[in-house]
Amino acid sequence: MFTTLNLAALLTATLATLGLVVSIFVGSRNLGNFDPALIAYLFGCIFACFGVVYRYIVWLQRPPTWRYFVRGWQLFFSGKAIVYGWELTKHFVVNFLGQRFIRNRGKALGYGHFLMAWGCMLAFAVTFPLVFGWIHFGLKPGGIDTYEIYTFGFKTAEFPLHTWIATLIFNALNWSAILVIAGVMLLMRRRLTHAGQIAIQTFENDWLPLLLLLAISVTGIGISLDYKLMEGRAHQFMAITHAITVILFLIWMPFGKFFHIIQRPAQLGIAIYRKAGAEGPQAVCPHTGEEFLPGMQVDDLKTVTAQLGCDFTRKDGKSHLDYSPRGKRALLARAHLKARAESGRYFG
Amino acid sequence: MGLRMNAFRTDQEFFLDPQRCIGCHACEMACAECETNGQLPMIHVDYVDRYFTPQTSVQICMHCEDPVCAKVCPAVAIEKDEYGIVHTAKTDRCIACSNCVNACPFGVPRKIQPMDLMVKCNMCYDRTSAGKKPMCATVCPSGALFYGTREEMTRKRPNSSPVNSFKFGKQTVKTRVNIMMPKGATELVVDDSE
Repeated sequence: MFTTLNLAALLTATLATLGLVVSIFVGSRNLGNFDPALIAYLFGCIFACFGVVYRYIVWLQRPPTWRYFVRGWQLFFSGKAIVYGWELTKHFVVNFLGQRFIRNRGKALGYGHFLMAWGCMLAFAVTFPLVFGWIHFGLKPGGIDTYEIYTFGFKTAEFPLHTWIATLIFNALNWSAILVIAGVMLLMRRRLTHAGQIAIQTFENDWLPLLLLLAISVTGIGISLDYKLMEGRAHQFMAITHAITVILFLIWMPFGKFFHIIQRPAQLGIAIYRKAGAEGPQAVCPHTGEEFLPGMQVDDLKTVTAQLGCDFTRKDGKSHLDYSPRGKRALLARAHLKARAESGRYFG
Repeated sequence: MGLRMNAFRTDQEFFLDPQRCIGCHACEMACAECETNGQLPMIHVDYVDRYFTPQTSVQICMHCEDPVCAKVCPAVAIEKDEYGIVHTAKTDRCIACSNCVNACPFGVPRKIQPMDLMVKCNMCYDRTSAGKKPMCATVCPSGALFYGTREEMTRKRPNSSPVNSFKFGKQTVKTRVNIMMPKGATELVVDDSE
């Protein structure tokens, strides 16, 4: 077992996890502001932290990933930080916050994912600081109608109870659950009706994540509905099932589909790479005579394929990677024609 | 792979004979009907060198045994399944870097920039997983694209041999899809042809 351990990943993940534990101690003022009822969630988060960092570092070490990672930072610090920073900001707003590229893949997918992602992001923003004891609430001394918000032990805001602000804040996780449920419904409908999706979907990759998010959201709303409509009679059931589903989500995060939440920001690096490539010299396909790719990417691809044990170098010293996709297809067709011609029969 | 009962016919193979392509684009129209493609044709029909010759060629994904597209993918978005089908990029992972598009020695994957996504032929998985033939092979009028058993192919083309080994420079690539070559051939060398 230990022979398959990745030392760099193990060290980084251990350091990151220790860092998280220290920040929890410091941020919660030696656990003074930590809510013991959330202890199970805390252990889930710590495990997720270790697992996510471990997998991320393993993933980063793959030759193509590492190439893009290094190039991305090289470009960012190449003296054009403002230009690339602006490019990153645009990409972040349009494709991360707005998720336009997902809508371009399909309306149902786009709107479903948008609702689900924003529901999750809102839930993360509320849950993690609460679980870590970084944020807590308290009644303002000397009265019973004002709540105070403490961040890392410092008072950061206050708001009156029985107002729309209080309703918004206290139900933040309910709003996120409603967003997630709406998104999950749209995506489940798509998975039930789209023939192409039905053909290629798997339970583990496509249905389990949706079912898990639905279970988390329904049990989460259930806690609120229980104490509002059922006088808390089902509190234990709701609280335990909600905790189980959330902890399952956290434990599964490093392994399953949810890892794409961590992986996706790599797309930002590609945005810089693309911009830098477009501004630099372009590779020209020897067959079509047309520009088809930034020269930097062709060179990087040659390095990466060599690292992966692939050698597309031809006898004449050129590489197949110097050809555009259309050029490569033409090379194949011409080689096939040549082989047929040499055999004396064009068909057979 | 799918949730429904899988009826993939492992006795059937794809046989490609670019020399027979007449450039009618019927395969392209049929390919766009495939539900998994989102109505985008994944097959390539090209004039090889239009200025000098009317030769046309057709190219589907060859479904390599050790797909270089998957190896160069920084996001681990491309996977091969238990039937040897190299699937199109996973939508949650693909970051549209174009590495696969440019590393594929057959020039198959294409990038759809507005979607930030690579797409490619998955051998009509919605059909083949249900025991049917890929769309392109069902409509090809000239026999450039054939999907069936090896015995059927041998009967149809007694003077040709199916080959699934290619040499691109120093790199040997073995594929699930066969190309029909002169009888007795074991490899197609794609090198000093330019």
